[in-house]
Amino acid sequence: MDVAVKNESAVGNAWRGFIAGPWEKEVDVRDFIQRNYLPYEGDDGFLCGASDRIKKLWERLQPLLAEERDKGVLDISQVPSDITSHPPGYIDKDLELIVGLQTDAPLKRAIMPNGGWKMVETSLKAYGYKPDPRVAEIFTKYRKTHNDGVFDAYTPSILKCRKSGIVTGLPDAYGRGRIIGDYRRVALYGVDFLIEAKKQEKAELDSSHSTEDVIRTREELAEQIRSLKQLKEMASSYGWDISQAATSAHEAVQWTYFGYLAAVKQQNGAAMSVGRVSSFLDIYIERDLHDGKITEQFAQELIDDFVMKLRIVRFLRTPEYNELFSGDPVWATESIGGMAEDGRTLVTKTSFRMLNTLYNLGPAPEPNLTVFWTPALPMGFKRFSAKVSIDTSSIQYESDELMRPLWGDDCAIACCVSAMRVGKQMQFFGARVNLAKTLLYAINGGRDEISGDQIGPILPPYEGEYLDYYTVMKRLDIMLDWLASTYVNALNIIHYMHDKYCYEAIEMALHDRDILRTMACGIAGLSHAADSLSAIKYAKVKPIRDERGVVTEYATTGDFPCYGNNDDRVDDIAAWLVSTMMEKIRKYPTYRNSLHTQSVLTITSNVVYGKKTGSTPDGRKKGEAFAPGANPSNNRDTHGALAAMMSVAKIPYEDAADGISLTLSFSPSALGH
Amino acid sequence: MANRLSGNRYELKLLGSGAAAAGGPDHFAIYAADLEDIAENDDQSLIGYIHSYEMGSAVDGPGIRAVVFLSGCLLRCQYCHNPDTWHKMQGTPTTAAELMSEVKKYVRPLTLSKGGITLSGGEPLVQHRFAKRIFRRSKELGLHTALDTCGRLGEKLSDEDLNDVDLNILDIKAGDEETYFRVTRQPLQPTLDYAKRLSELKRPTWVRFVLVPGLTDAWDNVERVADIAASIQSLERVEVLRFHQMGRPKWEKLGLAYTLEGVPPPDNELTERVRNQFRTRGLTVV
Repeated sequence: MDVAVKNESAVGNAWRGFIAGPWEKEVDVRDFIQRNYLPYEGDDGFLCGASDRIKKLWERLQPLLAEERDKGVLDISQVPSDITSHPPGYIDKDLELIVGLQTDAPLKRAIMPNGGWKMVETSLKAYGYKPDPRVAEIFTKYRKTHNDGVFDAYTPSILKCRKSGIVTGLPDAYGRGRIIGDYRRVALYGVDFLIEAKKQEKAELDSSHSTEDVIRTREELAEQIRSLKQLKEMASSYGWDISQAATSAHEAVQWTYFGYLAAVKQQNGAAMSVGRVSSFLDIYIERDLHDGKITEQFAQELIDDFVMKLRIVRFLRTPEYNELFSGDPVWATESIGGMAEDGRTLVTKTSFRMLNTLYNLGPAPEPNLTVFWTPALPMGFKRFSAKVSIDTSSIQYESDELMRPLWGDDCAIACCVSAMRVGKQMQFFGARVNLAKTLLYAINGGRDEISGDQIGPILPPYEGEYLDYYTVMKRLDIMLDWLASTYVNALNIIHYMHDKYCYEAIEMALHDRDILRTMACGIAGLSHAADSLSAIKYAKVKPIRDERGVVTEYATTGDFPCYGNNDDRVDDIAAWLVSTMMEKIRKYPTYRNSLHTQSVLTITSNVVYGKKTGSTPDGRKKGEAFAPGANPSNNRDTHGALAAMMSVAKIPYEDAADGISLTLSFSPSALGH
Repeated sequence: MANRLSGNRYELKLLGSGAAAAGGPDHFAIYAADLEDIAENDDQSLIGYIHSYEMGSAVDGPGIRAVVFLSGCLLRCQYCHNPDTWHKMQGTPTTAAELMSEVKKYVRPLTLSKGGITLSGGEPLVQHRFAKRIFRRSKELGLHTALDTCGRLGEKLSDEDLNDVDLNILDIKAGDEETYFRVTRQPLQPTLDYAKRLSELKRPTWVRFVLVPGLTDAWDNVERVADIAASIQSLERVEVLRFHQMGRPKWEKLGLAYTLEGVPPPDNELTERVRNQFRTRGLTVV
């Protein structure tokens, strides 16, 4: 492919001063970054505050945000959303440097019925809107949705598990998300180059025999090309021609944002992350600063305006969804900092500018600014991050040391902790299964402790007055096997249908054709399962049956070690649970040969999962919330934060490569006088 | 070990039944068993009585710290929030070797954060042999060491022993004999002697003062405490801690008469007044 030569004049201007490399010939953003970025090891002294323009623009939004807070949603457009479905919208056209909204007005939410009509209908009604009958007719009569497809293929066993809550939160009625388009490609190459590259990828398949896989890939590539054309059209409705590569910092930010905007117009994903754009954009900013074309104030304005746009991304969701996820997060995660594989820091001045938006626009949970932390980061950046954290409590930190060896130095976080190589990897989001409930099923021979229904495989009733550790472990093994099989079955169906009926064309257009897909399974209730097994092993646990013969309560006498105190006796049980579950999941083939992974990370839905789970042998009562993610159970970690962290650190990342989370909150006074 | 010592500093922890474990009926009394010297033994058999420990405290000395709460105290402070640490015998017997094997797990994060280990209590010097051994072993691990003490038993540490204590956190309950006795039921003089020695030996010291409205907030009392603090040449900082009611449930559970019922935490105005009394002597106050 010789696109670069063909576009020589335009690209020559766009790429002036950049160091040449393989990235010129084929899409390779990492190569471009590595050859051209300027690591910054200094402090925050160069930063600028918010300009008057930014302040004014932000003020324009305040009454709208206040009204939205009161009403739940500000407004809804019932035109089914896609990249070009809505005319341009502005906050204040004269003040905006970076333009583009999901609909024709700020905070006006769109419907995206391809995920499922029911979700749209429920959401509309919840906020007092009457569904447009024509749209309803289309999506119930003529156009099948992802949700319809999934329920056509679900087995009775999956349906039962879904109902009992042993498998919960599955993306079978909403967009799966957790895909990060490489939005930087739009700026670096311009859309025409990307279309050509996609055409080439498609042409390469022309001589392949038309197996199902090949047909699907061809169809997807065609969809991707179409969506790239729509992306251009959408940008042009805002007066920007993005067919060629960006020639300035302003264009680079705008082009990159257009890529992301197209994604959030097309998909209402559970997490719509931004990627790792800061140090990429820095290359353009540095070039313009060097050429004297822009000032530091202008550079900050670009980033401030970009971040402001990310802050007003909105999706229409049901109140139940909001309950499951504690709000309606976008998870517009931007990954910042970290170290390059050659030992240089990936921190640039724009890493600082990105964090500086928390001062210029005030603290906010979105975009989810995530610092890739390692002791090797330059001191100036460490100090600034710490300062911003203290002042705004709005930065998330993740271990660069843990992720880089597995996913390289151009990986980014989807959602809160799922790391993936940008543009080269995606995940099939799989929510999670309820490990604590699984243990109860092992004790109850597959009967649900709340409904009394037979959900899992039938085991003989548990004999004996007290629970015996080895007997319970044997029964648990059978139950985990069954759970893993049911779970992977359900996920295969979900992602087959999502690809078919709710394909993320623009996000995937900003990926390579041949990518690594992960099947991201997950577990909830780890600490309760581990502590319960510890109670059974080290104390005496007497099961108490109700009139149905179902064990619903446990009388536990004696002491037992609890997970979160850096005590191997129980921490090993927790690590064993994670590794065993992973091992069992790996036994079942996945859709599109995706790589099995697992997470221990729910930081919101643990409340709902707890509600659906009976009393557990560790002393947790029926309905009580689970501890979030890989946290110790509430009040069971009694030896301080460090001990809890050491326990969590024993969970092997290889068996939970989709992420492990520990949620800690401190009152400022506990962090030193 | 983690199991036997489960429960943090805010949890009531008594081995045996109240004062009876110490050999008598009165929780306020000081019994012989509480003061009995522990035999000088090797780490495997040198026993300390421990209330609880906490890994990752950021308020008991510099950096991130391992804090070990030793049982046993001679003082009976009215505002004590750990009355379950008064009697040594009520702690969990733990060998020096056991405790150090637990501490060893945390050497890296403790040193990375420029923190270390703090012995608190109770009054750690009730078990001075054990405390000294733990300090020695901690120094061997390269840890910064801190002693959170009221100074009542300061004489138990020789000048040489003090070399193993990188920081003394000296809790001065009151500044004059009368108030001191009212608050603690013990004399002030040993604390004054210890403060003097720390100053002469130039041992790094932080002074702590718990501000209780109506009990320790009198202008003159604070002046005397500030004088003592200012007399320590090697003083690095003063911490004025606001009284709180978090210890009250323990008094109730132990069936002890609680004298600070309804006393509010000091307000900002009072706290600032007291802090300024220290500041006017050129001291660093937090």
